[in-house]
Amino acid sequence: MKTDLISLEGSDLSTEDLLRLYRNLLRVRLIEEAIAARYSAQEMRCPVHLSVGQEAAAVGACDPLTREDRIVSTHRCHGHYLAKGGDLTRMIAEIHGRATGCCGGRGGSMHLFDDDAGVVASVPIVGSSVPLGLGIALAFQQQGLPHVAVAFFGDGAVEEGALHESANLAVVHQLPLVFFLENNLYSVYTPLQDRQPERPLARFASAHELPVEEADGNDVLAVRRATAVAVERARQGEGPTLVAVNTYRWREHCGPAYDDHLGYRPEGELAKWQAACPVARFEKALTEAGLLSKEHQESFAAACAAEIETAFRVALQAPFPRPESATDHVYA
Amino acid sequence: MPEVDGKPKDRSKRILTGAQAIVEATEQAMERHPEVFLLGEGAQDPKGIFGTTTGLLERFGPQRVMEMPLAENAFTGMAIGAALMGQRPLVVHQRVEFSLLAMEQLLNNAAKMHYVSGGKHRVPLVIRVVVGRGWGQGPAHSQSLESLFSAVPGLKVVLPSNAADLKGLLLGAIEDDNPVVFIEHRWTHYATGHVPPGYAPLPLDGPRRLREGGDVTVVASSYMTLEALQAANALANQGIGVDLFDLRVARPLQLAEILASVARTGRLLTVDLGSSSFGLGAEIVARAASETFDSLKAAPRRLGLPDHPTPSSRALAEVFYIRSPQIGAAICDLVGAKPELRGQLEEELQAGRDDLPLDIPHPSFKGPF
Ligand SMILES: Cc1ncc(C[n+]2csc(CCOP(=O)(O)OP(=O)(O)O)c2C)c(N)n1
Ligand SMILES: [Mg+2]
Repeated sequence: MKTDLISLEGSDLSTEDLLRLYRNLLRVRLIEEAIAARYSAQEMRCPVHLSVGQEAAAVGACDPLTREDRIVSTHRCHGHYLAKGGDLTRMIAEIHGRATGCCGGRGGSMHLFDDDAGVVASVPIVGSSVPLGLGIALAFQQQGLPHVAVAFFGDGAVEEGALHESANLAVVHQLPLVFFLENNLYSVYTPLQDRQPERPLARFASAHELPVEEADGNDVLAVRRATAVAVERARQGEGPTLVAVNTYRWREHCGPAYDDHLGYRPEGELAKWQAACPVARFEKALTEAGLLSKEHQESFAAACAAEIETAFRVALQAPFPRPESATDHVYA
Repeated sequence: MPEVDGKPKDRSKRILTGAQAIVEATEQAMERHPEVFLLGEGAQDPKGIFGTTTGLLERFGPQRVMEMPLAENAFTGMAIGAALMGQRPLVVHQRVEFSLLAMEQLLNNAAKMHYVSGGKHRVPLVIRVVVGRGWGQGPAHSQSLESLFSAVPGLKVVLPSNAADLKGLLLGAIEDDNPVVFIEHRWTHYATGHVPPGYAPLPLDGPRRLREGGDVTVVASSYMTLEALQAANALANQGIGVDLFDLRVARPLQLAEILASVARTGRLLTVDLGSSSFGLGAEIVARAASETFDSLKAAPRRLGLPDHPTPSSRALAEVFYIRSPQIGAAICDLVGAKPELRGQLEEELQAGRDDLPLDIPHPSFKGPF
């Protein structure tokens, strides 16, 4: 993990692009923190897997995508959903179990989707959404469309058979799919070294002849660059790529709190990763390059805060689904 | 039980939670049988899988309390292989849905080894699976799949309802020479009760009568037994006698006592943990229809989950689950009770639970899992 300044050099992004990335990073952070802060009110009555600390992965990965490109996500889907352009109001309403939620209250936090934004599905069974990504990519190929699918997954999913079956299939059929691996070093309380051999995690890809792009997962520009290469390859018909990034989950696996007191992570590890905060690092780089003024930053934060305030207010005022509606849509 | 007046606590009347009962069973089995070992994702968790594995790692070490990667089918196959060699693996899944990734090994291998080998091979394996409920667990974290497992000959399926059975039946499952799917409803982890302190495995020998009554036979399983018991108690005060059975073991299904009861009462209600369609109740009602047809005074009834996935929102989940008021009402219908009585009973049962939100098992529960 690096804590140094993110380098803006060699980036072909305009100031506008850079500020968009920053705003998106900050927005995901503030939304997740708002959920954490309000969870104890017991209005959000479903499990939540927050992505605080992992924002650069979601934002960097989704930035090179078009609206027509599609993503699939996991139990930890808030960041991916938001970064791909998923509707905030419908997300917050879903977590509140309201009829206006993206799943009409049927899914809760772990099943977010937004068809308008290209978020096809989030699935809370580990590894389960990766094969869906294969199918989306296959459909693009069959339909002759120039779009790309991205399947997000964590280091835990690398242990699942479905992941390796999918890697093999994607390579054999040269599918336009990006396997996006967020290695946050843990599956719930279990560290990577208790589950997998010591090795660079992305090395498994070589067994499948799956090309790899690696990046510092807390450097939004590096993530963006790596993903852009993979996306371009897929778009050109050159098949799938694994994008592997290292990052870190700050809060507990599931729920709003910090849980370092449980002792499953070495002392000081969280602090080190917090020093490499994906939001603060990028903010500093932009500030030092003279691209982001204090007023600018504050107005971004204020705009996000207002948007969040509205989303929660609207969610809390929204109706619950009618009980009779529970039987709707079992079949098409 | 807390100490009273500094005197040692009465060990025979100890109250444990379901979760503590599971820990105690596991601990005693591992102590007594060196071939018993625990494996699963989170087996070494600081939170001890909802407090059901607490202290085991410290006591028995990582060789016997094995943390698993996310490789459900492979570690289930590994457990089956070890069982074939005389080990006694105890697999645990924090949600039954995760075990679906291991159905292949369980159904194709575990369930058939003994049969295919002409009785030579044994698979003494226990798979603990937890059924979630409440706090918006939603479609993929709260399914009751007992009828799926029960459809497979060669598997045994156990659904304990209380702390004493969680301990005794888990010990019984570990001692059993067959693959046993041990279905734990998440809310039974909170259920408290007297649990005998000693090593006392209960054989997987079928239902238990919890209440005697002459008017109607009710068969419930797992957590639903607790709801049915509340209804039966309230009905008893109104002079309606419920012969209440806790099914306990869904496969092999041993119905002799239940069918004898139906022959006597002429009325049958089943209360499933999972869906009513294709549920355990469907099998029980079918058997009752075939074998006690002439004694039936009313058409048997089934209660269970409706035919759709579990919605996350509490507004939808509240109407999804069967609770004691509906059970009481269904029994009133079966025995032809007066509408006033039915209404009064429903109200009484409802009032008994108004102070706790319907989507949590216990006042201490604050989410999220
Ligand atoms: C098949 C399956 N097994 C177990 C679980 C329980 N579970 C939920 S999230 C999780 C951790 C997964 O770790 P990782 O893939 O690294 O994602 P992270 O939570 O770190 O983002 C586990 C074990 C599950 N949802 N699905
Ligand atoms: Mg992880």
